[in-house]
Amino acid sequence: MVAAACAAIAIAIGIVISYLIHWFPVQASTQAKNTDRLYHVLVIASIPIFVLVVSVILYSVWQFRMRPGEELKDGPPIHGNTRLEVFWTAIPTVLLLGLVGYSFVVLKENEQGRPAKEVQIQATGEQFAWSYTYPPSVTGGAPLKSDQLYVPLDQSVYFNIRAKDVIHAFWIPAFRLQEDAVPGITTHWRVTPTRLGTYPVVCNLLCGLGHSLMRSKVHVVTQQQFHSWVAGQMSASAGGAASSTGSSG
Amino acid sequence: MRHRDEDSGVQTLMAARLKQPGFLRGGLGILIGIAFSALLTWVVRSSTGHSTFHHYLSSEAILTVSLIAAPLAFLVGLGGFDYWFYWAAGKKTRPEDHSSHGAYTWKDYFRINTDHKVIGIQYTVNSFFFLLVGGLIAMLMRAQLAQPGSHFVDANTFNGLFSVHASLLIFLFIIPVFAGLGNFVIPLMIGAPDMAFPRLNALSFWLLPIAGLMMLGSFFAPGGAFADGWTAYAPLSDTAPVGQTFFSMAVQFAGASSIMTALNFLVTIITMRAPGMSFFRMPLLVWANFATSLLVVIATPFIAASQFFILLDRGLHFNFFNAAKGGDVLMYQHVFWFYSHPAVYIMMLPGFGIISEVIAVKARKPIFGYRMMAFSLLAIVGLGFTVWAHHMFTSGMAAWIRIPMAITTAIIAVPTGIKIFSWLATLWRGVLHLDTPMLFALGFLTTFTLGGISGVMLAMIPFDIHVSATYFIVAHIHYVLFGGSLMTIFAGVYYWFPKMTGRMFDERLGKWHFWTTFVFFNLTFAPMHILGLEGMPRRVSTYASQFAGLNLFISLASFGLGISTLVFLYNMVTSWRGGPKSVSNPWRALTLEWQVSSPPPVFNFDRLPTVVGGPYEYGVPGAVHGIFAPTPAAAGSGVLREPSR
Repeated sequence: MVAAACAAIAIAIGIVISYLIHWFPVQASTQAKNTDRLYHVLVIASIPIFVLVVSVILYSVWQFRMRPGEELKDGPPIHGNTRLEVFWTAIPTVLLLGLVGYSFVVLKENEQGRPAKEVQIQATGEQFAWSYTYPPSVTGGAPLKSDQLYVPLDQSVYFNIRAKDVIHAFWIPAFRLQEDAVPGITTHWRVTPTRLGTYPVVCNLLCGLGHSLMRSKVHVVTQQQFHSWVAGQMSASAGGAASSTGSSG
Repeated sequence: MRHRDEDSGVQTLMAARLKQPGFLRGGLGILIGIAFSALLTWVVRSSTGHSTFHHYLSSEAILTVSLIAAPLAFLVGLGGFDYWFYWAAGKKTRPEDHSSHGAYTWKDYFRINTDHKVIGIQYTVNSFFFLLVGGLIAMLMRAQLAQPGSHFVDANTFNGLFSVHASLLIFLFIIPVFAGLGNFVIPLMIGAPDMAFPRLNALSFWLLPIAGLMMLGSFFAPGGAFADGWTAYAPLSDTAPVGQTFFSMAVQFAGASSIMTALNFLVTIITMRAPGMSFFRMPLLVWANFATSLLVVIATPFIAASQFFILLDRGLHFNFFNAAKGGDVLMYQHVFWFYSHPAVYIMMLPGFGIISEVIAVKARKPIFGYRMMAFSLLAIVGLGFTVWAHHMFTSGMAAWIRIPMAITTAIIAVPTGIKIFSWLATLWRGVLHLDTPMLFALGFLTTFTLGGISGVMLAMIPFDIHVSATYFIVAHIHYVLFGGSLMTIFAGVYYWFPKMTGRMFDERLGKWHFWTTFVFFNLTFAPMHILGLEGMPRRVSTYASQFAGLNLFISLASFGLGISTLVFLYNMVTSWRGGPKSVSNPWRALTLEWQVSSPPPVFNFDRLPTVVGGPYEYGVPGAVHGIFAPTPAAAGSGVLREPSR
């Protein structure tokens, strides 16, 4: 009983600690919120299992360790217990199917279909930088090429991801989203940014010598700021500036 | 030529030695192999209008062909094929005179030897050599990563270090060390005099040092070692410097070794069990190697294919993975993971077998739910082939594939869970001998459970999308392969050390080894989970400054982990040289390998065993696993029972 109580307390402490630990970078998208919720569910489901395993080990070491004089003693010849074995096959199956089912619910939330209004941006990976193309639907004119990533707050953004040379991975940890940029095909992800700020964009697939430094920024700005930034870039490039890059941070 | 007469004595001696199988003839083979490669390259290149000796590309071609031809010629020189050549040529083969059984000096470990016990030790020692090299490489990596932006090594070297680290530890340590322990133990366990194909067994060992030296040798290749991870994703590997070819070829040799040994295990286990040893009387280690061998023979050809694709892309511009020429980049990943996911189970199931042996003997109880333990192994074999694309949730493959693969990935945790719970139930009410093998078994149960839990988390697609290819993965894989596989390997090495060497290890040092390993392992790898969640990618030589604190902590802990290995090494070397002599059955185990002397006789069983019961009947009054036929001298004096319970 004491041991069981200890295990229960350990589970409770574990769950409390799991909430106190600062696991993730800031949540900057609806997807991040959903994924973090999934993570917490997974951790809470995992703690009792881990505590159970460790408790049985510690209890066995405490209670059943060989004591002096027992060098030649054997344990009781218990070969199994069908009920118990069915139990520990069935319960984990149900638990795992439940969790994976819930993960599909979160996946569906994160990958909802196209909303009525959406900003499309093409992200292109090459050794060792990202560049972005804002299509006419965003600029209202010619496509805008830039090495800067600006996205509007609270609006669905759909990335078309491409690679020029080798595979890269387009990852924004604050959004909890990534997908490989693969030569020959276009991949995608959709995000709704929910927090203003500047967050890292990380290449997360080994792409060669400069991979470690293939990091840049995404700027989440208000929709008004976004459109004025796009307009500014357009006029800068139209105004004869050869490059629209590196002009603002 | 003029000095022929004077030198004829020396020359005759040299000629005689060059005719004998051995390292000298092997060295000659390497030279012939390289000469052949140069000639072949010259013929092919000139006949197709390419220059041969004027451009560095042509020397790359010679190097590539040499990497295939020279090792094979070395093996011919070493004598790995002698018997088959004689037989194929219709010459008189040497009848099996058993001259290549047993090892009497250390030199016997450096020649073709067909004794499974010698081969087992060759395998194991060779594997541990590469564990030390791989571990040393990890120390270099952690030195570089101790702070962001450091210049301990440059980016290219760093990429080479982690690529060679992973490749050595996967292909030259975990997979072959299990084959080595199995090689030593399994024929003894099932009551067989040797493996089914002793010559194949010898050849399969000698492929391994070749593969290992090739991987290490890549550091000296122009452009440095292969540097795109052990996964060698195309198209990066298509265009990498020539070091990549060393990886592609080393995998062929290591893979061929794996397949040969797996076939050998399968035939040995199916056909050479002692009378009475039904499948359901086999020790679970035998079951585990049976299951593993099924995985190996089915899966390994796929990684061989993936690397041949790369080789053909690199050498002959086949454009399998060149998207601009209609190649399919994702195809590489599918073929690669169709091997490399089952490979995770190839690297785990034999460990499950070891833990079953250790826990039953050290808890003095029968394994709880023996049949479910065996069936769960087979379930893992089947399910193991249905989960590969969970490595590709963010790869850009068709989205729907993620759904079934996520379900199977979650479900494969069920048979693994059955095993964990059965081991726990085996501990329950036992009489636990908490010595070094048992400590490693219990340590395995805790760390592997964590690795299993993070594995189930990674089956959850939205979460995997965030952490895929981050340090969370590095943490997970090390909890599975270090906290899982390596813990079982240590348990197994300590457990069978008395049988393999005839001597006892130092128990006090063994305990020190366990506790330092357990503590520093967790200190090293647990924080990596957080690094990954926080957004640190893996395979980087420098990182954002926000990760500096944890990385320094991890580096310091990893040096402690490195030092803990030295305790193990010291214990093994000194105990093997001068440890106290071991009795035949120090653990009072029932399985057959403990019923013969330590080390076992050259032909394993001087008296034939007959199996009359299960392997783990601890606590059953008077139960034995096997009985031994009377020796010719003692014939008629009644049944001699070896087990000394």
